[in-house]
Amino acid sequence: MTEAAVPTRIASAMKEAGLAAFVALVLAMPMVGLYTVDEGGVLVVRTRFDWVLIGVLVVFAGRLAMAYWPATLRIPARRDAAHVAADGHFNILKFLGIAAISLAVLLPVLPVTDRYVIDVATTVLIYVMLGWGLNIVVGLAGLLDLGYVAFYAVGAYSFALLARNFGLNFWECLPLAGALAALCGILLGFPVLRLRGDYLAIVTLGFGEMIRIVLINWQSFTGGPNGLTSIPRPSFFGLPFTRNPEEGETAFHQFFGLEFAPYHRLAFLYYLILALALVTNAFTMRIRRLPIGRAWEALREDEIACRALGINPTNTKLTAFAIGAMFGGFAGSFFAARQGFISPESFTFIESAMILAVVVLGGMGSQIGVVLAATLLVVLPELGREFAEFRMVLFGAAMIAIMIWRPHGLLARRDPSIVLPPARRGAA
Amino acid sequence: MLTLSGIHTFYGPIEALRGVDIQVARGEIVTLIGANGAGKSTLLMTICGRPRATRGQILFDGEDITRDETFLIVRRGIAQAPEGRRIFARLTVFENLQIGATVGQPQHFDEDIEKVFILFPILRQRRNQRGGTLSGGEQQMLSIGRALMSRPRLLLLDEPSLGLAPIVAKQIFAAIAEINRTQGLTVLLVEQNAFHALRLAHRGYVLQTGRIVLSGTGAELLANPEVRSAYLEGGVHA
Ligand SMILES: Nc1ncnc2c1ncn2[C@@H]1O[C@H](COP(=O)(O)OP(=O)(O)OP(=O)(O)O)[C@@H](O)[C@H]1O
Ligand SMILES: [Mg+2]
Repeated sequence: MTEAAVPTRIASAMKEAGLAAFVALVLAMPMVGLYTVDEGGVLVVRTRFDWVLIGVLVVFAGRLAMAYWPATLRIPARRDAAHVAADGHFNILKFLGIAAISLAVLLPVLPVTDRYVIDVATTVLIYVMLGWGLNIVVGLAGLLDLGYVAFYAVGAYSFALLARNFGLNFWECLPLAGALAALCGILLGFPVLRLRGDYLAIVTLGFGEMIRIVLINWQSFTGGPNGLTSIPRPSFFGLPFTRNPEEGETAFHQFFGLEFAPYHRLAFLYYLILALALVTNAFTMRIRRLPIGRAWEALREDEIACRALGINPTNTKLTAFAIGAMFGGFAGSFFAARQGFISPESFTFIESAMILAVVVLGGMGSQIGVVLAATLLVVLPELGREFAEFRMVLFGAAMIAIMIWRPHGLLARRDPSIVLPPARRGAA
Repeated sequence: MLTLSGIHTFYGPIEALRGVDIQVARGEIVTLIGANGAGKSTLLMTICGRPRATRGQILFDGEDITRDETFLIVRRGIAQAPEGRRIFARLTVFENLQIGATVGQPQHFDEDIEKVFILFPILRQRRNQRGGTLSGGEQQMLSIGRALMSRPRLLLLDEPSLGLAPIVAKQIFAAIAEINRTQGLTVLLVEQNAFHALRLAHRGYVLQTGRIVLSGTGAELLANPEVRSAYLEGGVHA
């Protein structure tokens, strides 16, 4: 038996590796094998098939190594354990959460932190917030939404237009932008109520594109492809972050008797998004314990059973879309306030895919998973900057590694909304 | 309490129910027996509005519920432990029961869950366990318990003994009899296990390819030679 089994294993491993190498060859031939150079104003196509060969060999070896990877080294994807009693694992997650929040709060005052670090951290937090928002729709309610960026865009444009046209400040715009995004969520929700899975994904994808195309074409209102500029910056409770404030205004640094530094504004923006993200998280954790949150999760598990238990699926889905969209809108407002400039280019499908990747890699429904995934997806390409053009290769390799070792996401475990103390013995 | 008159239900071109008339009075246990594919599950689902009856009328407490939305029908006081149990697999036992209480009043929750735990003590031990990892019998208990959490006045049970060891099935039947006796809950029970079901029920109906062909008290049907030959063959009279 074993004698027969060994050659088949080698054969099948070779076959798999050969197949992978072939796919790599087909892809690498045009993408790596051909490149263009500028020769006196003329683009000339050159070839570098040696690179293709190296790439194909690496893929072949890698696939072969995967087949022979010792089983003991594989990290089993930890799926839902049967019992969810308060075991040590829970405390680790709790500890991780507290550590992450402490680090996040202290980050701007750490000596190693400079403008660049704060900037990247702010971007991470935007994705964390977007991931948490989308998590409500995808992770909890189980509605696959590929057009989430639409709500991000609605939030950003709402803030920009309200602030520019009516002179409203950030805090006045925030609830309005959230409400408008939520309204769009309901608008999207209505036609897709009966759809699930693949069909839902396609329609939401279309919705995301629709919003973007409206933004491009409605020149007079949205500024078209040129976008909107000079969006007012948020102030610290009325204290602007400017070096020379206007007549009658006190700037932040003057009020606190500090030396003017652009870093103050960056740190303020960072704390702003941190607060928004934490509010999103607190809200999600809380709502999971409420009937509406439980109804979302129940709907994800079995819609027919939900109806038979008296849950109104229409309202349940619409609230999931609306609340998810609202958080997208908040994040969008923040984005517009931070950039001071927005255009439709910031709201392409790639952005939706990125947010969805944060949720999926995080492990669908896991709050800490979203933080890990957002950090990974934002920081990795930044680290990769040193490798210049190999940045995306590094990124791709990391994604593949996750797919191999964590196929259900970084933290694929549904934590129950409530864990009861063990049953008393002898209780009837 | 519940009256179905001339109910026709279609799945596309297939006519699953062909003019069904049944009545369930308050406080009764009524059982519905029939072969596979007779339309028993369809009947229970039609009462809940999914699929909807194309012809006929369903009255619950004298009110026409034929065209109501499923969740509204359930809110009137009809609960169902559906075919295949349909437990929320990733949610814990406790969370499943919480969702069962969606329709109920929050202030009744502690009292109701205590009743369920007394009825099915195993669920108390398993309350932090994920629904999908319960055994078949435990899932059935959870399904019934979940339905009871809404304080229904009419409970629809679709084959609660399916796939269970005889002793567990007996336990479930005993539990049904007990809720009926102590809480006066009206029960419409679909069963393959005709012997037990008919012994338990006050009255019964026999459904054959979408039509009611026989009805009577449990004892009458048990004694009926047609019923005996079609549904009680093979020494189940233990
Ligand atoms: N969703 C559906 N679409 C089409 N036909 C269906 C559907 N559900 C049931 N049917 C058909 O309707 C008829 C009645 O089905 P039903 O499930 O009510 O039978 P049943 O009496 O509950 O049988 P069993 O004892 O096997 O559960 C069957 O012929 C079945 O094939
Ligand atoms: Mg059936």
